[in-house]
Amino acid sequence: MTSTDTTHSDTAPFLSLEAVRKTYPGVIALDRFSMEVKSGEVIGLVGENGAGKSTLMKILGGVTRPDSGTITVDGAAHDGLTVEQSIGSGIAFVHQELNLFENLDVAANIFFGREPLRAGPLRLVDRARLREMVAPLLKRVGANFSADAPVASLSLAQQQMVEIAKALSIKARLVILDEPTSSLPIAETEKLLDVIKGLKAEGISVIFISHRLHEIERVADRVVVLRDGTLAGTLAKDRINHDEMVRLMIGRMLKEREKAGEATRAPGSVALSAEAIRTSTYPDRPVSLELRRAEILGLAGLVGSGRTELARVLFGIDERLAGSVTLDSKPLHVGSAADAVANGIFLVPEDRKLTGILLDLSIAQNITLPNLPAHARRSLVSTGAELTTAEKQKKNLGIKAPSVLTRTGTLSGGNQQKVVLAKWLAMNPKVMILDEPTRGIDIGAKAEIYGLMRALADAGVAVLMISSDMEEVIGVSDRIAVMHEGQISGILDKDDFSQENVLLLAVGKKPRSLQAAGGVE
Amino acid sequence: MSKKDLGLLILILVVGAVVTAINPRFLSAINLANTSNLVALFGILSIGQAFVIITGGIELSVGSLIALLGTLFIDFIAVRELDWPLAFVVIIALGAAIGFVHGWLITRLKLQPFVVTLCGLLIYRGVARFYTADGTAGFAFGQNFPTLEFLTAGRSYGLPNSFIALIVIAIVMWVVLHRSVFGRYLYAIGKNEEAAKYSGIRTGRVIIAAYVICGVLTALSAIYFAMYTRSISPASHGQFYELYAIAAAVLGGFSLRGGEGSLVGVILGTVLLQELQNLVNLLGIPSSLNFAVMGGVILIGVLVDQQWGVFRARRRMFEAARQNVAGAPAE
Repeated sequence: MTSTDTTHSDTAPFLSLEAVRKTYPGVIALDRFSMEVKSGEVIGLVGENGAGKSTLMKILGGVTRPDSGTITVDGAAHDGLTVEQSIGSGIAFVHQELNLFENLDVAANIFFGREPLRAGPLRLVDRARLREMVAPLLKRVGANFSADAPVASLSLAQQQMVEIAKALSIKARLVILDEPTSSLPIAETEKLLDVIKGLKAEGISVIFISHRLHEIERVADRVVVLRDGTLAGTLAKDRINHDEMVRLMIGRMLKEREKAGEATRAPGSVALSAEAIRTSTYPDRPVSLELRRAEILGLAGLVGSGRTELARVLFGIDERLAGSVTLDSKPLHVGSAADAVANGIFLVPEDRKLTGILLDLSIAQNITLPNLPAHARRSLVSTGAELTTAEKQKKNLGIKAPSVLTRTGTLSGGNQQKVVLAKWLAMNPKVMILDEPTRGIDIGAKAEIYGLMRALADAGVAVLMISSDMEEVIGVSDRIAVMHEGQISGILDKDDFSQENVLLLAVGKKPRSLQAAGGVE
Repeated sequence: MSKKDLGLLILILVVGAVVTAINPRFLSAINLANTSNLVALFGILSIGQAFVIITGGIELSVGSLIALLGTLFIDFIAVRELDWPLAFVVIIALGAAIGFVHGWLITRLKLQPFVVTLCGLLIYRGVARFYTADGTAGFAFGQNFPTLEFLTAGRSYGLPNSFIALIVIAIVMWVVLHRSVFGRYLYAIGKNEEAAKYSGIRTGRVIIAAYVICGVLTALSAIYFAMYTRSISPASHGQFYELYAIAAAVLGGFSLRGGEGSLVGVILGTVLLQELQNLVNLLGIPSSLNFAVMGGVILIGVLVDQQWGVFRARRRMFEAARQNVAGAPAE
């Protein structure tokens, strides 16, 4: 089936979009967008958040209809696809959030709802036949797990392979991978990239969406860049490189970041010191870390290296199994987040919507929540005091909203993050911990948040920034601590900043240049 | 008063008008006094339930507690001849202690509110029946407590004193729920406990306090019920009262997921429930249909409210969209 397709792939692409336009009330999500995907071609699709990637995916999946334009799939032209047409023509999705039943095994997941049945009135599942059907699919994705392994026992990358096998089981001819590597460790990412190459070899087309540009560089035959809903450019194989992609994505060269991130004063004395702390995730690994005043310490490392857990322990959300913490050289007991807040240790958590803010409360109510007694007389809330604080913070941080009484849930991601920051800035932070502070935030708001972090450090606050974005860690931090499997594997000073050094430490190796100098703890 | 509460008030008035038209005795002084007494008794325990529901919890042991604490109260003053003010304080303290234990089990030992209070429902009923050896607790012939009887079953200016007590409690609790720091914490926890914790709120303490408030108000209403019925058979006294309280809160706009509802709402919910009871009696509907009528009305009420919510959400979306067209396009 696939071999015949590849032979005439040059003449007829599997999928082509012609001048597709989609508007939502007030927003042009996609405009005059055209692209084509040949059989067996790997397309890298990149663009900032809000550039129109999700709209494009929805159109291809048949979830939304474009306002105008033509979609040609396998020679048949459509004004828009339905979900049935999309599946029927062999377009399969592997989403960032996996849609698997963790309590079922691999085979049951792959053929869920399409299980082979035994004859007879009971319509029992034919397990033997099911296994026969699953085996070749697992082989094609290079799976190193068996068909009856429970999905809950698989790693994230293995679960993604199950999703891909599911896509193959419906005879997919185009597999769309939506940020599949964003939460994968490096070794697992390698496996996934191999699977993509395998799909290509079988003549199956792939659209690979990723923010990790070096992965795109490695597998893509062509890169399509979206910006503000339009096609910013297409890069042929020989022109795919990091700088070129970034230039097309943001429409200019990236420089502001470095400017916003320069320290204006020397780091001060140690504000918070953690001695041999143990977290419940890595109970056998002690972590020691010092946060200095007027400094932004970047905390890098792979997902799952224990950074968030460390932050949660410092903020009192999780229990500290062992070790001690001192604040201003005095022993500090943090048994709950309330204790941390009372001592001026604040956390901007990773998951903004679940833990950072209360979406149903107004901006003002969110901002004053941690410090409500200060806005109350005889424990009755004073609305006047509350509004004064909120208005002041709204102005200081440039929160874009009709009023401070606006529901926080209606704000954009960047403005929501500013509300999280505002509630802490309204109090007097001594130590500010930010866990992935710019995740899912557009580039303008990002720069503002970097500016705020720098302003905090300049005001003498000790800032700890956890980030998985390499450019961010290097561009913003004054020092970088790197974690590997629950421990600090090294601390880099500004002169030693490089992607290579951070990555080596993140995978538990020592950077060569530092071994001689002895810069690693 | 929110639009939701206003809608409920209108419904109460419309039902009242219809019942009056069919049976004018609805507005007679004696009927109004009786009904307002019942509204007071159920209102007090419904307010307690509301404080728990707003945190996203539930308190199922209310009915059994009414039986247990009522039995104890009558036993204390009628049999053991304790001074009634002392007995009153002991019962209230017991209610608070039980509420504290529930809250502690839920927050510290991470048990589900439904499970903890379901066990309470079974345990307290059993203890109450055991305590009286399945007999009836009551007063001996000629036993009198004039002051206590005046405060619980008496009237001032034509109003039952219990109803006056409800008004006082409602005003105080309104301030606590809608104006105090503690009230704000309750709503925040009900909306998103995790985020509240990340804002430095000691969520455990706040939730325990909600169960203590519920225990105290339940104990208070247990005394009122005891003085109202004057004899308690612990096997059936107070049965299903937790459901009346939950129903009143749900009718009054509380979400069982927490974080939503107003004090005026739960009072209006109680009024509507008692009005329906009264309607069944006055209109000569077989009293066996009592629960069916109540269930039907609650179902319709919740259905209308839910559909109204969907409608409003949609309208809000369109408005937001229109604002986007007018202003700069958002992210």
